Amino acid sequence: MLLTRRDLLGTVAIAAAAPVMARAQSTPAIKPAIKIGVLGDQSGVYRDLSGPVAAACVRQAVQDMAPHLNGIDVQVVVGDHQNKPDVGASLVRQWFDRDAVDMVTDCPNSAVALAVAAICHEKDKTYINSAAMITELTGAQCAPTTVHFAMDTYALARSTGTAMVADGGDTWFFVTADYDFGLALQRDTTGFITRAGGSVLGSVRAPFPTTDFSPYLLQAQSSGAKVIGLCNAGSDVVNSIKQAGEFGLTRAGVKVAGLLVFISDVHALGLQAAQGLNLTESFYWDLNDRTRAFTSRVLKQTDGVRPGMGQAGCYGGTVHYLKAVAALGAADARRSGRAVVARMKSMPTDDDAFGAGSIREDGRALHPVYLFQVKAPDESRGPWDYYKLVATTPIDQAWRPLNQGGCPMVHS
Amino acid sequence: MFGFSKEQGIAFLLLLILVVVCPFVLYPVFLMNVLCFALLACAFNLLIGYVGLMSFGHAAYFGMGAYVCAYAAKVWGLTPEVCVLLGGITGGLLGVVFGWLAIRRQGIYFAMITLALAQMNYFFCLQAPFTHGEDGIQQVPRGALFGIFSLANDRAMYVFIAVLFLFFFLLIHRIVHSPFGQVLKAIRENEPRATSLGYRTDDYKLIAFILSCFIAGIAGGAKALVFGIATLTDVNFETSGEIVLMTLVGGMGTIFGPGVGALVLKGMENYLAGIGSWVTVVQGCIFVVCVLAFRRGIIGEIGARLKLVL
Repeated sequence: MLLTRRDLLGTVAIAAAAPVMARAQSTPAIKPAIKIGVLGDQSGVYRDLSGPVAAACVRQAVQDMAPHLNGIDVQVVVGDHQNKPDVGASLVRQWFDRDAVDMVTDCPNSAVALAVAAICHEKDKTYINSAAMITELTGAQCAPTTVHFAMDTYALARSTGTAMVADGGDTWFFVTADYDFGLALQRDTTGFITRAGGSVLGSVRAPFPTTDFSPYLLQAQSSGAKVIGLCNAGSDVVNSIKQAGEFGLTRAGVKVAGLLVFISDVHALGLQAAQGLNLTESFYWDLNDRTRAFTSRVLKQTDGVRPGMGQAGCYGGTVHYLKAVAALGAADARRSGRAVVARMKSMPTDDDAFGAGSIREDGRALHPVYLFQVKAPDESRGPWDYYKLVATTPIDQAWRPLNQGGCPMVHS
Repeated sequence: MFGFSKEQGIAFLLLLILVVVCPFVLYPVFLMNVLCFALLACAFNLLIGYVGLMSFGHAAYFGMGAYVCAYAAKVWGLTPEVCVLLGGITGGLLGVVFGWLAIRRQGIYFAMITLALAQMNYFFCLQAPFTHGEDGIQQVPRGALFGIFSLANDRAMYVFIAVLFLFFFLLIHRIVHSPFGQVLKAIRENEPRATSLGYRTDDYKLIAFILSCFIAGIAGGAKALVFGIATLTDVNFETSGEIVLMTLVGGMGTIFGPGVGALVLKGMENYLAGIGSWVTVVQGCIFVVCVLAFRRGIIGEIGARLKLVL
């Protein structure tokens, strides 16, 4: 038999194509493992409050829960949504369709958070948001697959807003990040200010993200308000507090209220610039023995960076998720995110970061909320010793009442 | 048919085979993204490659197409083919206004005017209530084609997008190789001479501009349906830059080049996503290499080497 060049080439082509086609034909084998996707901001303005520390917290949760998992293997993948809803949405879709991810957590940025919530609902996968603050996640856009950990704009506004008015700050001017999170935070805070007898003199919307806040701060100053409310987050809030200091606003007696300040922001500002600031968090590493124990475990993976409430929420959320997975078994947990979340709601939460609590039927995780004041430099006794506890809002008062959220899943 | 030369016919068959085989090997949503951007780059190439007009604001037509399509699908509940068509018409209408202003200038001025108008459009989208600012229009349903065939399945959606892409790809090819396309090329080569031959070059340029914007709007609408979301990213100037990059990497003024460019850039974005914002740096380096080493782009270089017009 003569071997022509054409035959040879044809044979080679078929041989090369065969494995590709074969791979396409075979369906991926079902692994007895659970895969967790940490969708954070790894490169932008929210990197410090999400980013690598959040991923470390999730890994710590997996490590802590490993003895209770009955041999279920848990993998963690990390993604960057770049603060763009479309990037986040397509990445999460790919995780579900191609990479067999079962649960998504972290996810700062309200716009991305809502987009991801919708996809998790569509694909029946568990979604534990701990870094976005938007109350719609457990309100009008609640879903049977969503759990919202750590904090939301209602609790922030209630804690900081009420405390500031009680302290004499009864006239406010808002500098607001121009997207859903900022607007929601402003709306919620305004409600608490007026209820407490204060008034809002005006507001200005700054595009997200902004580096130069001078026009907005000057406008706030000329309004004559006693308190400038900053409805923004991440490096935006750091920049506005720094610039308020540089413009002499704080020296002139104007109080700056950062409505959402994380410990990473205080670390970036330094105590000199941040001292006296009132802020609300649901987690502080030095709060009690359990939080200190958790922090000392996770520090080995974070190069000494203390986690903030969003990152701790990744830990608490993942611990509780893995408890539900262990109770259901890996196969059932993989099949339905809805079932896992239902299970999570039926068990009380208890983890080192947030202590004992529960998850409400609209997906809101309930735990106490704390009002802190940033220490002056001479009060601080060591690295990251930044906060002193001012007030604790108990669980039954901290969160938006169940019937006010407008969540269709809530049957009153 | 369609004015294909023999080698273009072979290349088209190859493209057809790729479009059919790829979804069995690669992730369909990624491929749909590539096809949408390939269509957008082809629309852009119609202007720069065949009329010599460098538009730096094609994201405006793409993004507005996406917004209107998403709005029509979500709020009005129209069927996907109507939504995509509405997206195209929006792009076209925007093209009428922007084009009418921009075609009066050439070269860098034309590019700057299109960029400025696109930025105005960006701020409109940032503030207009129906676009939902930073959130964008989310949870856009894919709907059912002609009200019958559900597109919820990725494979079904892929067929819809692939047919859409091939249709407009052939349309662009037909336009380029029609008598109208010959006039466009004449304008590209020497506008005063085309005028002296009795052609109203402004009219030709405007029509080409509107056609390009229409197809860009179609691509935007298709993308909005694929991902179920229309956001500011689509109207941002970075997208405009990306379109230019795709066309240059693939091969400006070639029929197949923009598609290849879209595949290369979107492939990088997808498979290098792990390195985060470094993707833009890598893209920049590739652009530099492309400009230094193979100025005609991938397909342009291959065509020149084989002495073929692809």
